[in-house]
Amino acid sequence: MEMPAPNSLVLSAKPQIVARLRKVLPPDAVIEDAAETRAYECDALTAYRCPPLAVVLPRTTDEVSAVLRICHEEGVPVVPRGSGTSLAGGALPTADCVILGVARMTAVLETDYDNRFIRVQSGRTNLSVTGAVESDGFFYAPDPSSQLACAIAGNIAMNSGGAHCLKYGVTTNNLLGVTLVQMDGTVLEIGGAHMDAGGLDLLGVICGSEGQLGVVTEATLRILPKPEGARPVLVGFDSNEVAGECVSDIIKAGVLPVAIEFMDRPCIEATEAFAKAGYPDCEALLIIEVEGSAAEIDEQLALIKTIALRHNPVEFREAADEDQAKRIWLGRKSAFGAMGQINDYMCLDGTIPVSSLPYVLRRIAEMSKEIGLDVANVFHAGDGNMHPLILFDANKPGDLERCEALGADILRLCVEVGGCLTGEHGVGIEKRDLMGVQFAPDDLEAQLWVKDVFDPRWLLNPAKVFPLAVTASRRAA
Amino acid sequence: MAKPLSFPEDIFEQEMGQGMRPETEAELAEIIRVANGPFVVRGGGTRSVGACEGAVLETGGLSGVVLYEPGALTLVAGAGTPLAQVEAQLAAEGQRLPFEVPDMRGLLGCSGESTLGGVVAANASGPRRVQAGACRDSLIGVRFVDGAGTVIKNGGRVMKNVTGYDLVKLMAGSWGTLGVLSEVSFKLLPVPETGATLILRGLSDAQAVQAMASALGSPFEVNGAAHWPGEGTFLRIEGFAASVAYRAAQLRRHLAAFGALEIEEGTARWAGIRDVTPFHGRNGDVWRISVKPSDAPGLVARMRADAVLYDWGGGLIWALAEPGTDLRAALGAFEGHATRVRGAGPGAFQPESPGVAALTRGLRAKFDPRGILNSGLMGA
Ligand SMILES: Cc1cc2nc3c(=O)[nH]c(=O)nc-3n(C[C@H](O)[C@H](O)[C@H](O)COP(=O)(O)OP(=O)(O)OC[C@H]3O[C@@H](n4cnc5c(N)ncnc54)[C@H](O)[C@@H]3O)c2cc1C
Repeated sequence: MEMPAPNSLVLSAKPQIVARLRKVLPPDAVIEDAAETRAYECDALTAYRCPPLAVVLPRTTDEVSAVLRICHEEGVPVVPRGSGTSLAGGALPTADCVILGVARMTAVLETDYDNRFIRVQSGRTNLSVTGAVESDGFFYAPDPSSQLACAIAGNIAMNSGGAHCLKYGVTTNNLLGVTLVQMDGTVLEIGGAHMDAGGLDLLGVICGSEGQLGVVTEATLRILPKPEGARPVLVGFDSNEVAGECVSDIIKAGVLPVAIEFMDRPCIEATEAFAKAGYPDCEALLIIEVEGSAAEIDEQLALIKTIALRHNPVEFREAADEDQAKRIWLGRKSAFGAMGQINDYMCLDGTIPVSSLPYVLRRIAEMSKEIGLDVANVFHAGDGNMHPLILFDANKPGDLERCEALGADILRLCVEVGGCLTGEHGVGIEKRDLMGVQFAPDDLEAQLWVKDVFDPRWLLNPAKVFPLAVTASRRAA
Repeated sequence: MAKPLSFPEDIFEQEMGQGMRPETEAELAEIIRVANGPFVVRGGGTRSVGACEGAVLETGGLSGVVLYEPGALTLVAGAGTPLAQVEAQLAAEGQRLPFEVPDMRGLLGCSGESTLGGVVAANASGPRRVQAGACRDSLIGVRFVDGAGTVIKNGGRVMKNVTGYDLVKLMAGSWGTLGVLSEVSFKLLPVPETGATLILRGLSDAQAVQAMASALGSPFEVNGAAHWPGEGTFLRIEGFAASVAYRAAQLRRHLAAFGALEIEEGTARWAGIRDVTPFHGRNGDVWRISVKPSDAPGLVARMRADAVLYDWGGGLIWALAEPGTDLRAALGAFEGHATRVRGAGPGAFQPESPGVAALTRGLRAKFDPRGILNSGLMGA
């Protein structure tokens, strides 16, 4: 992966930059020692690493503003960082950058049940936002699988989704406001406890901008009353096509499950070997979860059952109690771990129109055979967000490159059928060079304008999202 | 890149007359590219806010559903497609736009055919916004022509998409100031089997907002919560019949402290709340104010309007005021924003803080460098 050559002026000014940062931050909040900065050399895309110039761990918006003002004056690139769980290399440092980590900014600033929001510092983890309100019967809806670790800051930057977004939407649909610190240190309040923007929807473009427009230090998040209950069913099919048709028929029938998860045979087999969830031996399975009171759940599941049985499933498994419900989810929840046990894997994240599901799965199987790397599919079927896992061996020379080539081909396929490169993980460095597949030059240029306006000197996370060649002149300016 | 086109001889002459009405996106791009003068961008002209000068550029020619996949809950259509046509087509499949588009014609005293592009440009969202989100939340893709005549696309036809910056959200509610929409894509929802309206009578505004907060904070999936002073406090639930009956009973218990809850079958009443019928035929300026719900009663007391209607559990206040009243002056500093949707004079849109205004100006200068699209609207 090509990264821009570090700015030698910045590298040689390190002592002065660090000294200035130390003046505005407490002693323990500036890390420059090579042994300690190594902990920040990558995110969850571990194939790519680079220790940063320095790391700062501020505790307040004022401290963030002071840091950014200094970096702006010194011309130092800044890479914002939440918990470093990005799968796209969004938080990957460059050698000349300061990593601005918000991990120490974890406070709950305000909870308001009457108006159904919570305001938190952005370093707070996703799960602990729900943790702060759940004893009062509320929750924060977006639930990425990484929710124990990932920070709200990263969720906002990536516009993260989760298993339940079919009903509740992704981060952008649950975000009411942010405190944003611009690269020159200016602090802006955008949005708040009220709904929608009075002018342009800046919040909408900040969410999902991958740390390139400003540093989010605080966020106002919508919280929702917890449903009375939820229950999954598991349906096995002997073909991907039929499973795909079943998803479409359920949606057309007017039921809105909170989640429809899809696993194909390679994925079922791997998770069975690992988690022993007792899944049926079949080509494809769906886990469908609905919410409500016990009676409402029964009614929805009865309808889903009628539809599913029309498609002659290999198995239709209901959960009689909490324990059986957990077992239905067990395999799905351990899918990534299972893959990690048997192989290195690369997790893709393209989205496709639901109607193209059978075709895309068939093509992926063919491509996988051609290149000689196995692919297991597990994904959010209700919204077409695929997660093909390409299995490879990092110790085998050439395997990573073949894996990346297959990954790129699969993503091209997603775009070809009318979908996109990434549904929830973000572009980062990983899909940066594929942006031209989905966007014409004019489409990209319009996005660059937004960055020009928010960060005219292109210092915030500058080597991400867009092909380097496209941004070269701006980064050099 | 738009390739040069040949036009009917009279297309630019229309500039003098009733305005221009391109039939294709390429034609739209070419009109803007070669133009100097300012344009007033217009869909059906059924939800205009504020005023600006220029030749009328109508999108009604960019009409037609490009793709509708009920099994994927997605619709793609030209920006000039009539809303009514789309709503009928969706209804035939038992689906709808989730955000309950208000019909503003009665309020604004105009006629005409509302278009999808206009809905997006206004981020027009009705009572269901409290649960299903605003127009911007259901919008998944756009194509538009910027102020230089360049065609730009963003988003697409899939529900989950974080590829690049979300210009889709930026275009929603941009009132034609960043570009002229040519195509829009939406995520849809099924129409529920049935619905019910629950009514509390005799509550003060403060009590009503509390009752609505309590209902919206319950797990019973209230998707409309409005208060019409003097008339009643209204809650809506929708879903399968048994579920609606169950939730109505639960809410009756849940809200017992606020008085007896009447249960009205159906949801017909909500069109009136959505379209603010209580103000129809009455004189005065109309303001639309988005606030933190619990602030609403206090703000209403301060603004001394002739009439108000609370929607979104109190988060949206519709206010009818003496013509020419600067309601914002009466409100003082508050968290939220106020737009004058009917009435004359400058300042229809909420002034922005200096930092936000600078970003808005910067974006407009990039997307419309010559300042020819709805120039003068939205502060700039
Ligand atoms: C096992 C596993 C499962 C996952 N499952 C899911 C899933 O189900 N759904 C999903 O959507 N994602 C998932 N992810 C991806 C990842 O967890 C999300 O992208 C997450 O939101 C990243 O959060 P983070 O705090 O770790 O951010 P980081 O990795 O630290 O940073 C991510 C991006 O955010 C930017 N950023 C960080 N902080 C700020 C800030 N304060 N201001 C501005 N920008 C900032 C960074 O510059 C970077 O571009 C998964 C990852 C793993 C490892």
